[in-house]
Amino acid sequence: MAKTCVLAQIIENSVIAGDVFKLIVTAPAIAGIARPGQFVHLRLTDQLDPLLRRPLSIADCHAANGTLTLIYRVVGRGTMLMTKLQPGDTVDCMGPLGNGFTLTGQRPLLVGGGMGLAPLVMLAKAFCSRPATILMGGRNEQELFWPNMYAGVCPNIHITTDDGSIGYRGFTIDVLPGLLEKEKFDVIYACGPHVMLQGVAAIAAKYKIPCQVSLEEYMACGVGACLSCTCAGTSGKRHKVCTDGPVFWAEEVAW
Amino acid sequence: MVSNVNDMLAVNIAGIKMKTPVMTASGTFGFGLEYSDFVDLNQVGAIVVKGTTLAPKAGNSGRRMAETPAGMLNSIGLENPGVEEFIHTIMPRLAKYDVPVIVNISGNTVEEYGQLAARLDKTGVAGLEVNISCPNVKQGGIAFGTCPDSAAQVVREVKAKTTLPVIAKLSPNVTDIALMAKAVEAAGADAISLINTLLGMAIDIHTWRPVLGNIVGGFSGPAVKPVALRMVWQAANAVKVPVIGMGGIMTAADAVEFMLAGASAVAVGTANFVNPYAAVEVAGGIRDYLTERGLNQVSQLVGKVNCG
Repeated sequence: MAKTCVLAQIIENSVIAGDVFKLIVTAPAIAGIARPGQFVHLRLTDQLDPLLRRPLSIADCHAANGTLTLIYRVVGRGTMLMTKLQPGDTVDCMGPLGNGFTLTGQRPLLVGGGMGLAPLVMLAKAFCSRPATILMGGRNEQELFWPNMYAGVCPNIHITTDDGSIGYRGFTIDVLPGLLEKEKFDVIYACGPHVMLQGVAAIAAKYKIPCQVSLEEYMACGVGACLSCTCAGTSGKRHKVCTDGPVFWAEEVAW
Repeated sequence: MVSNVNDMLAVNIAGIKMKTPVMTASGTFGFGLEYSDFVDLNQVGAIVVKGTTLAPKAGNSGRRMAETPAGMLNSIGLENPGVEEFIHTIMPRLAKYDVPVIVNISGNTVEEYGQLAARLDKTGVAGLEVNISCPNVKQGGIAFGTCPDSAAQVVREVKAKTTLPVIAKLSPNVTDIALMAKAVEAAGADAISLINTLLGMAIDIHTWRPVLGNIVGGFSGPAVKPVALRMVWQAANAVKVPVIGMGGIMTAADAVEFMLAGASAVAVGTANFVNPYAAVEVAGGIRDYLTERGLNQVSQLVGKVNCG
């Protein structure tokens, strides 16, 4: 099985909180093979504006009933159009794209910031037999609906908010060193804003813990053809975020 | 007399035999292999691969893409693995397909274009597209593509160093496209392709900074089609060599417009990013159009716009 384009039918498109939506689509050909950390590239309409597809990480995937769960925040015209999708409508869904997380380690720590928490849901579920701990950060309590999504998946949830409205006041990277000293995590998986990933990578290196990061970049094709989304690599070569990533070992990225 | 339904889309552009008149534009289809999960590459008219330079090139830093209404801006800056990597690693994989491979070449100097042309001779490629018009690189870009004399100089050098058909790709960022077309034809170009991207810009009103790391970028997509169509019509009327039309082609109807304007073949570019099957679907749509019109060869469309 390989990546493909399918017409995916909308099952659910509902508000989770504020401007964040949960979209569930039927796409068996993709759901059957998708791995945590991979993404899909959605074409919303046959109209020419917006023109390009929208890359969305896969937050959850049920191979048995062929569904994918995608969580998105309204940030522009494309995502605003997505909110209009109704059950029964279809979208052109390309996937599964990119390389996912490498599932290693017995004591994984997941670190997620904002919408970066979406792909970590599927990752946390993949670790069920050896439960993952998660450290999650957001701007405020209203944005931190995520504990519900991780309930029953991650027994240990640590929270930070920028304004202190829930959990620790500050950033995930403020809390991370303390967590690493207290518990013996053997791998870190992170997804979120670039500055957070940069911080997590530096801390992981300091504590000598293997760390994978999932990067986000503006992209057009999603299959490695256009080179819009490349990032600098430590080997001297540039990486394609869409096909070499979006998940990289932290030391592969020239921060 | 060609009447076989299998031949109705076949074209021969300067000796490059293609099963359909629909090529993929350079920089928009990678090396073709990236799309092989989706498309049977044997069904594409020709693959024009990414802009290739003598040495590997890292391209531009900073944000490289911005979406615009019905279009996009890019400032990739010719990132590519270099001609040797292409010849040794990529071309052998492409050679397994029954599709002409055309290499888009780009140099910093006239001599570099010549070296690239010489190096690619007898490597199995079907032709060269001379990129004298990439708007995203400081050297070797606009300087060659916007001056008739230097454009001609590059084409002459390439022709002297290769036996392959040479296609000159023109920049739209000029005052008189017919003048450029005549200049490269006189210099020996076997065909002309146009348009490369238009020079564009986007500004972030929150940060007051340019959106692209390179400040300016190449503008492509359906928004540029009327400009491209006008230029193809002007160029085709100015030269005798075949013209390959491109710029915002999304559908078979778009492609037919370009052929009526004078293009003997077309290339889809930005459309590939949106629809990986675009090149094959556009060809199928042209076949349907010909059938509906009772025509039996795609060449019957070329230059038939009635401006009288």
